Amino acid sequence: MNNLMEACCERCTHTPATPCNKFIACRTEGPLCHEDQACREKIQTRLDSVVIKEGSKLKQVLICAGSGCISSGSRKVDAVLEEELVKQGLQDKVKITVTGCHGFCEQGPIFIVEPAGTFYCRVTPEDVAELVEKDLGRGELVERLLYKEPNSGERVTTYKEIPFYKQQQRNVLKNCGHIDPENIEDYIARDGYKGVVKALQTMSSREVIEHVKQSGLRGRGGAGFSTGMKWEFAANSPGDKKYVVCNADEGDPGAFMDRSVLEGDPHAVIEGMMTAGYAIGADEGVVYVRAEYPLAIKRLQVAINQAEQYGILGKNIFDSGVNFKLKIKAGAGAFVCGEETALMASVEGKRGMPRVRPPFPAVRGLWDKPTNINNVETYANVPAIMRKGWEWYSGLGTASSKGTKVFALTGKVNNTGLAEVPMGMTLRQIIFEIGGGIQNGRDFKAVQIGGPSGGCLPKEMLDLSVDYDSLIKVGAMVGSGGLVVMDETTCMVDIARFFLNFTQKESCGKCTPCREGTKRMLEILTRITKGEGKEGDIETLERLAKNIRATSLCGLGQTAPNPILTALKYFRHEYEAHIHDKKCPAGACSALLTYKIDEEKCKGCSVCAKACPVNCISGEVKKPYTINEAECIKCGTCMEKCKFGAIARG
Amino acid sequence: MSCQCAQGTCTKSDPKQVKLGEVLAKYKSQKGALIPVLQESQDIYGYLPAEVLRQISTELKIPLSKVYGVVTFYAQFHLKPRGRNIVRVCLGTACHVRGGAKILETIQKELGISDGETTKDLRYTLESIACIGACGLAPVIMINEDTHGRLTPDKLGAILAQYE
Repeated sequence: MNNLMEACCERCTHTPATPCNKFIACRTEGPLCHEDQACREKIQTRLDSVVIKEGSKLKQVLICAGSGCISSGSRKVDAVLEEELVKQGLQDKVKITVTGCHGFCEQGPIFIVEPAGTFYCRVTPEDVAELVEKDLGRGELVERLLYKEPNSGERVTTYKEIPFYKQQQRNVLKNCGHIDPENIEDYIARDGYKGVVKALQTMSSREVIEHVKQSGLRGRGGAGFSTGMKWEFAANSPGDKKYVVCNADEGDPGAFMDRSVLEGDPHAVIEGMMTAGYAIGADEGVVYVRAEYPLAIKRLQVAINQAEQYGILGKNIFDSGVNFKLKIKAGAGAFVCGEETALMASVEGKRGMPRVRPPFPAVRGLWDKPTNINNVETYANVPAIMRKGWEWYSGLGTASSKGTKVFALTGKVNNTGLAEVPMGMTLRQIIFEIGGGIQNGRDFKAVQIGGPSGGCLPKEMLDLSVDYDSLIKVGAMVGSGGLVVMDETTCMVDIARFFLNFTQKESCGKCTPCREGTKRMLEILTRITKGEGKEGDIETLERLAKNIRATSLCGLGQTAPNPILTALKYFRHEYEAHIHDKKCPAGACSALLTYKIDEEKCKGCSVCAKACPVNCISGEVKKPYTINEAECIKCGTCMEKCKFGAIARG
Repeated sequence: MSCQCAQGTCTKSDPKQVKLGEVLAKYKSQKGALIPVLQESQDIYGYLPAEVLRQISTELKIPLSKVYGVVTFYAQFHLKPRGRNIVRVCLGTACHVRGGAKILETIQKELGISDGETTKDLRYTLESIACIGACGLAPVIMINEDTHGRLTPDKLGAILAQYE
């Protein structure tokens, strides 16, 4: 048996045309339709080579091939590893699994040796020979490639001991980085598709909805609406044709959990969508993936093809009488298509512009048919909820925000990557314990949570519980779960301008408040960052923000002012410094900066003058140089090049 | 399918035309096919020439105005020829915070073109993009399908030179 998905002998009759209702259970516990020790052994032997457990004769190397690690060079590491295993005669003792994202992109390429869980990071092709010889051959650790804890400087052996992973509780990301996403066998061997089988064979569609409702799962795409209720609305809508749509148009700058799930565990999304299809009575699903994610599209397509090949997608699935087919639609580059009505317009081949709701998609969605639309992470939560029960899920998190949430931790934080934690953890725990604190020992200044729809929260809010309701109260939102950490060198006016520039560019132009309002706000913010701010600008910004929020057509416009409103609430003094004193306290707005050479410290080495792109630094060698401020373009090159710290920015 | 070119000198076997014909035949009867047809047509031609849009409009029976409306709505579609290598500079939040703007500035200088432009020899097209989801490696750029992360301005020359 070369594949768990194959028949154990000719007595197995499962094909997509003649489905067996025990197909999934049979893959791991079989055979179930006949008693044969030889068949049982075949399946168990195969299973042991798919899931490498403690005490196994095989060793397994997990090489991350998420987008992050690929760009750090993991494919080369993989190629060299294959050669090296043959060279050292270990090819039969080591199994290589090319996985999706481990979530610790900062340390890529990541190279894990199972079953011990030894975690090697930033592995280059040159390191491979040593790893094969020592770790895989003799079972010795290669100390220098182990993860080094940034604060204590100590080496840590296994990923389970690394603070970044230790504090996490991985449900959605459980398989990411541990299975080969292009091999359905790996998913099946880890309870894959058991959730949907349970739904199809032991529950009515109403019971499935009730189950998801009881679990307390709320939409992971931003708004946080109850998933079970959403399914119920779609189920209650009359109509013989219904659709299930997955929103994988993950456009929030700073969020990449949906990409990682699609690249690392695509079958979980398929299983979640199948469950939703059964619950609402839909036999067709569409996954709308943004065009910027080619690898996610490829892996998902491979997963769909494999599921079809074994009759997991298609007609009369597992002899239940239920049909479900799935296809991918690639986006074409428009952020607004993450809004559900715009997304459906785009699937229909139109300009992706939102429309007024109601009617909600549950009543009139894709092709005017009742449609359920959830995002990637929401669907990926469903299989475990079905399998382990709603009681398990609702036991995680806070009173009103259940379960775990994946956050994308980025910016000026030591450990960038994906962190899945129970709802209700504090920002401080996420940023300092999992994230390892701020880079270069600088001070924490703010965290932008929830992307362009969210808000910037200051130091005083670090002990805030991260859940849907607490964040709304302070003017931010969970959003898609992006956490961009900022230090003292980030200017809060500049960051607000950055977000507004983004929403302004992505505004579809259909409604006036968003189209015109964001433009006016952007003009004002740009002026302020250039030192041309006027009295009354702050008040105008606030008035515009409130009007845009109240009157825009869709979520993009309604939430676009959030970053500015929170910045004005918590960092008003920075705005005032820009407007009144023409100063940028963070030293980020180049128009408000001046560079000066300290005569005492300058040795007259002339490095700065040579580096200056506009030749505005002059002087005599071995005497202090001077900068001609009128011509300086404030690029900061001189300051970077000076070895004596003689150039100061003010 | 008849040849759409004006001179009448070429034969029907223009390989691009043949491929376009196949794409149109594949999608003709599917609803909501316009965007995938435009995507695949652009893969064939590198951009969307006016005559191709006209042909798509006729074959799919969608008014040209609507086709044009869709093309100009989405950032992915291009009405002008593009470079052989597409350099996308990420200016998403994480990259912004970690110096993405400097990366764009350096590439602009290096290639002598601004954001959205193509070099005269059609070697590079430069674009800025909101987020490519590789925030862990910020600042990042994407050249064609390759992602390059943890960049500093001095690394860019060598990376760009790899693409002919």
